[in-house]
Amino acid sequence: MKKRPNYNLILGCIIAGLTVGMIIVGIFWTPYEPTAMSGGEKLDAPSLRHLLGTDNFGRDIFSRVLEGARSTMLIAAAVVAIGASVGTVVGAFTGYFGGRVDAVLMRFNDMLAAFPSILLALVLISLLGSGKTNVIIALGILFIPSYARIVRAEFARQAELDYVKSARLMGAGHLRIMFVHILPNAAPVLLSSIAIGFNNAVLAEASMSYLSIGVQPPDASLGRMLSDSQTYLLSAPWYAIGTGAAIVLLILGFGLISEGLGDSRRA
Amino acid sequence: MLEIRNLKIAFGSQEAVHGISLSMSAGERLGLVGESGSGKTVTALTVAGLLDRRRVSVSGEVLFKGRDILQCSDSELQAIRGRDISMVFQEPMTSLDPLMRVGRQVEEPLRLHTDLSRARCHELAVEVLGKVGLPEPEECCKKYPHQLSGGQRQRVMIASAFITDPALLIADEPTTALDVTVQSQILELLCRINQKRGIGLLFISHDLNVVRRVCTRVAVMRRGEIVETGAVEEIFNNPQHEYTKRLIAAIPTRDRRRR
Repeated sequence: MKKRPNYNLILGCIIAGLTVGMIIVGIFWTPYEPTAMSGGEKLDAPSLRHLLGTDNFGRDIFSRVLEGARSTMLIAAAVVAIGASVGTVVGAFTGYFGGRVDAVLMRFNDMLAAFPSILLALVLISLLGSGKTNVIIALGILFIPSYARIVRAEFARQAELDYVKSARLMGAGHLRIMFVHILPNAAPVLLSSIAIGFNNAVLAEASMSYLSIGVQPPDASLGRMLSDSQTYLLSAPWYAIGTGAAIVLLILGFGLISEGLGDSRRA
Repeated sequence: MLEIRNLKIAFGSQEAVHGISLSMSAGERLGLVGESGSGKTVTALTVAGLLDRRRVSVSGEVLFKGRDILQCSDSELQAIRGRDISMVFQEPMTSLDPLMRVGRQVEEPLRLHTDLSRARCHELAVEVLGKVGLPEPEECCKKYPHQLSGGQRQRVMIASAFITDPALLIADEPTTALDVTVQSQILELLCRINQKRGIGLLFISHDLNVVRRVCTRVAVMRRGEIVETGAVEEIFNNPQHEYTKRLIAAIPTRDRRRR
C-alpha cells in the first residue's frame, strides 16, 4: 500500500517555517524602527513604502507586526515550556503510580481547570504585577493541568503494557521506567499537544495583551496592536487586518503541525 | 532453591490462589499446567515479585534461596529481578520497548546489575543473541523490535532473560503466540539454556504436550489449587487426579482409535 503524504504536516511545517523565518529576520532587520514615529504619515494605507500601512502614530505596521509576533512567539514558547515540563512530570507520577498521589494531584488539577483561564490569569497578574515575565509565569501555571491530564492518561495506559512489565523484571527502577522507557513512547501524544498548546498560548497572550495586562507599551505585541487598531477599524482597516493575519498565520502553521502529528500517529 | 509455602493470593474479596505449596531445586525444569484462570500466571508474577501489593493481598511464603520474596522491599526486589529471577512473557509482540534498539534492551539487565563497561555489555549482548539463534547478531542489535518477527522477538526476550545467568527463568506460555515450527525451536532453546547454564526453568503452559517435551517434573493447577505434582512421565502414564486424566484425554492425537 502506498503511503499518502501527510499534507497537514507538510503544509503546517511550511507555514510555520515561513512565519518563524520572518520573525527571525525581524530580530535583525525590520524595514523601519518599530517604535519610530512619523507625524506626517499617520494611518497611511498599505503602499510600497509601508507594506501594511502605518498606525495612528505613523509607525510602520509591518515592522511592528514582526516585532510583536516575536514577543508573542517567545512568550508562547516559554509558556508551553513551563506547562509541558511541569505537566509531564506531574502526569508521569500520577499516571504511573496511580493511587493516592494521583487522587490528590488530580483534584488539585481539577480545581485549576474549574476556573476560566483568563480569570485565573487576571488574578495571578494582579498578584504578581503585569509585564512579560509575569505573563509567562501566570500562563505557564495555567497550562500545567491540560498537559498533566494528557500525559497522565498516556502513562496510565502504557504502564499496563508488557514492555513495562519486562523492564521491571529486568530490574529497572520506577524513575528509569518512567523517563527512559515510557516517556519516549508517550512522545507522539505529547508532541501534538505541545503544538496545539503553543496555539492556545499565542491566543492567551494576545487576549491578555488585548486586555492590556500583558506586554506593556511601547513594546509591540500582537494582542496589544489588535486592541489599538479597534479604534480605527473603519478609517484604517488594514491595521486590524494586518495584525489579525499575523496571528492567524502563526496559529495556522502550528495547528496544522499538530493535526499532522495526530494523523501520523493514527495511521 | 525455590519453595512456595501455603501461598494465597486474593484480588479484593476474590481469592485466586488458595494456599498452594510447591518446591523447585536448582537447575530443575518444572512445568506448571492448568486451564486459563487457574492461577498459573498470578503465581508466576508473585514469584517474580511483580504483583502490585496495593491491589492484591498475598499471604504465605515464597522462599527464593532462603529469602522470602513476599517480605522483600521494593529496592531488594529490584536487585533480585533481572539478576536472579527473570521472566519471558507470552506475547513477544508487545514485551519489547518499541522505541529502544534490540541490543540496548538485551543489555539492559547487565547495565542495571553489573559494573561492566558499555563495550563489554554490548559484546555480551551480541554473544547471547548469537546463542539464541538470531542470524547476524551484530546487525540485529541495531534493529528496532518492529523489524523482527514474532519468533525473533521471543528469542530476543529469552536472550535478555538469561544474559545475567539468573538462577530462575520463568517462562509464561512463551510459545502460545507462535506458530508450531517456531514453537519447537523456542522450546529446544529453553531446554538448551537450562542444560548448558544450569538455569532453573519454571515453565507455565496450558499445553500438556509442550510441558511433556520440556519439563522433568510437573504440577497441575486447577481453580487456584495444585491438584497433582510428580515426574512428567509418571503423571502422563498414571494420572491420579480426575482433572489430570481429563487434561490428558484432551490432548489431540494422531491416532483416532486411541480415544
